[in-house]
Amino acid sequence: MDLISESGSAILTSFGLTLRLAVFSGIFSLLLGVVLATFRVSPVPVLRWIGAAVVYTFRNTPLTLVMFFTLFGLSYQLGFSFDKDLLYRNNFWLAVLALSVYTSTFVCEVLRAGINTVPLGQAEAARAIGLTFTQNLRLVVLPQALRSVINPLASVLIAMTKNTTVAVTIGVTTATMVNEASGQMKSLMERNSDQILLIFIIFAVGFMILTLPIGFIAGWAAKRFAVIR
Amino acid sequence: MSASVLYDAPGPRGKALNWVYSAIALAVLAWVAWIVYSKFDATGQWEADKWTPFLKSETWENFLIPGLKGTLSAFAVGAVLALAFGFVFAVGRLSQSRFISIPSAVVVEFFRSIPMLLLMMFIYFMQQPLGLETNVFWAVVLGLMLYNGSVLAEVIRAGVGALPKGQAEAGVAIGLSPGQVMRTILLPQAVRSMLPAIIAQLVVLLKDTALGFILAYSELLNQIPKIDGNFDNLIPAAIVVALIYIALNTILGLVANFVEARTRRVGHTAAPVGRAGAVDPVAAEAELVQKGNATGGTMGSGL
Amino acid sequence: MKFQKIAALVGALALAGSLAACGSDDSGSDAGGDKIKIGIKFDQPGLGFKESDGSYSGFDVDMAEYIAKGLGYDEDQIQWVEAVSANRETFLKDGTVDMILATYSITDERKAEVDFAGPYYVAGQDLLVAADNTDITGPESLDGKKLCSVTGSTSAQKVKDEYSKGVQLQEFDTYSKCVGAIENGQLDAMTTDNIILAGFAQQDPGKFKIVGKPFSEENYGVGLPKGSKDRDKINDLIEKSFEDGAWEKAFNDNLGDSGYELPEPPTVDRY
Repeated sequence: MDLISESGSAILTSFGLTLRLAVFSGIFSLLLGVVLATFRVSPVPVLRWIGAAVVYTFRNTPLTLVMFFTLFGLSYQLGFSFDKDLLYRNNFWLAVLALSVYTSTFVCEVLRAGINTVPLGQAEAARAIGLTFTQNLRLVVLPQALRSVINPLASVLIAMTKNTTVAVTIGVTTATMVNEASGQMKSLMERNSDQILLIFIIFAVGFMILTLPIGFIAGWAAKRFAVIR
Repeated sequence: MSASVLYDAPGPRGKALNWVYSAIALAVLAWVAWIVYSKFDATGQWEADKWTPFLKSETWENFLIPGLKGTLSAFAVGAVLALAFGFVFAVGRLSQSRFISIPSAVVVEFFRSIPMLLLMMFIYFMQQPLGLETNVFWAVVLGLMLYNGSVLAEVIRAGVGALPKGQAEAGVAIGLSPGQVMRTILLPQAVRSMLPAIIAQLVVLLKDTALGFILAYSELLNQIPKIDGNFDNLIPAAIVVALIYIALNTILGLVANFVEARTRRVGHTAAPVGRAGAVDPVAAEAELVQKGNATGGTMGSGL
Repeated sequence: MKFQKIAALVGALALAGSLAACGSDDSGSDAGGDKIKIGIKFDQPGLGFKESDGSYSGFDVDMAEYIAKGLGYDEDQIQWVEAVSANRETFLKDGTVDMILATYSITDERKAEVDFAGPYYVAGQDLLVAADNTDITGPESLDGKKLCSVTGSTSAQKVKDEYSKGVQLQEFDTYSKCVGAIENGQLDAMTTDNIILAGFAQQDPGKFKIVGKPFSEENYGVGLPKGSKDRDKINDLIEKSFEDGAWEKAFNDNLGDSGYELPEPPTVDRY
């Protein structure tokens, strides 16, 4: 168990970084997902087209490519940086950007499916009392749609948490140069070829600890906030 | 509920407003496009010699076609193995013997819950201690198999679960063994009804081959640095590769739509007994998610 | 019945898996007595590199061929095996390879487990920068600079710990991504052994330079199983290669255009 005493704290630090990646990407992908979903159901055709194009493009492009592009294309070629001087900050936020944009298209599609579960009468009643499109969406349809998609949204967030591992493509570290979980696991395996199974189990369990609560909370919330019809 | 129910059919004023909003949206879009264009322009992305390599056959012969081969061979082998894995563990999990169903469930849930990239890395690094030559192709393919196979196992299981009970009961009543009931009655119907979901998972699998890039497996993404090394055109190369992925996924999507349309039709003619052939894949998927197995479904780890 | 069927399926799958695992495994230990299995790197340009046409090239490869020839093996009797850094001792111990030339540093720790002939080259950790860079003069001039290395390597961490506390580290999965980013001016330097850096500089002559202030000493040796009877013979061969020009030729053929000059040959250590 030398591995634990030697690298235990580094492993914890890297899961802390993975958690931060997941939390920020989760928040931004939910926000962006709501915007995209609004675009896709809006009365303005141009907005619907934009929404559809963004979703189609990013859903069909591998996340690894999106991630790669943020650093090598956006930052290196086009000169777009979150922080010109501090590498670790720039790379962290580029990874959050890639994860957020990519995940938001899945959030958008889940929300759209949720909107489809809201009974026609709800939207019709809202229109009958004179609500506009945005009022209708904000006050009547989305609150119900969100409640009905808690579980599928949790699936998306769990997948997103696992997808933070792809950040290794651009090398995301803390200020003290500790890698996020997948980079950390890779370097530990490279250095301890006799303990590969143990290292793998540690990281597998780490991800279960990160993702299981999302499923449990979602299961509880889905029951708690279920729309009674 | 279709989108149009969210708002009234626009009157004259509404139409005018929509035009105004459209114009604003177009203006913003044009503004963003101009920023991208001028950034590209300032960094020389529009220079012809960054794009003309893609019109030459050498670029395709030396980079894109080999990359495409790498991607498609990992996809093909990964898909076959994942389907085999999915069937074995779906049947295992549905087994009446706990000695089979519990271990199957553990395997499926384990592989669904960990990031596929970590699986691939593990297999990659585990080869040498096992006395094998490190082979990145099999690390990628086995990673694809274990994760997508586990998801497919759940999809197939959901398909079987959504069949009417009478199907299995009728099989038992005419003296079939549980194995025969599964093989000759339940699986064929489940597969037919879940085919669209199965193909959707294959799209995920195709995109997930790109994780091989991180292990330096020579697939499509890995050609971007190589092409860039030759022609100094990273952004055009990345755009071309993205378009190839979008095209591949579009083709698979069309296959899925075609199959879905076909299975609907077949469902009415070939399975006149009850709703046997007409299990709604979306409902079965939703059932999966409702059970709290919220690990990804068709979203996959490639999401 | 049901169980048998599942067992059969599982068996078939396991078979598929094992076939899969063996598919391209040509490194098996079934070679006859007339073959020599040599461990090299497959991914280091200029040192040990597997070309896209399946042939092998590099300084280590040429030196290995020279030594094998001296031991009485033809080129076609050599079986190349990929030796990854972490597994070199294991490979020598379990007989997967007969010898290793893979940027393999002689250390006391390793001497306890395996035998070494040589050294045949003295490398040192150094820095690769763009050819027009003037402000990086050594590992202590990296404060605030962006230094690249590969995941799992300790060389960049060493710079940070011992020389420039304010250095920023970027890790990629391969050195070639580092090279590209330095070429574009996004990163300032990359670090590893100078001869490895030379291999990358060789690929794009004129674009890079090696700072030339090595801050460690790595004696590359030929790794052999403990108690190997060929050790003295190989030491003789290494000394012979210094004298008959084969050593210099191996370097110039593979690294001659890198702008990195061939140092004096080391003294063979017959411990």
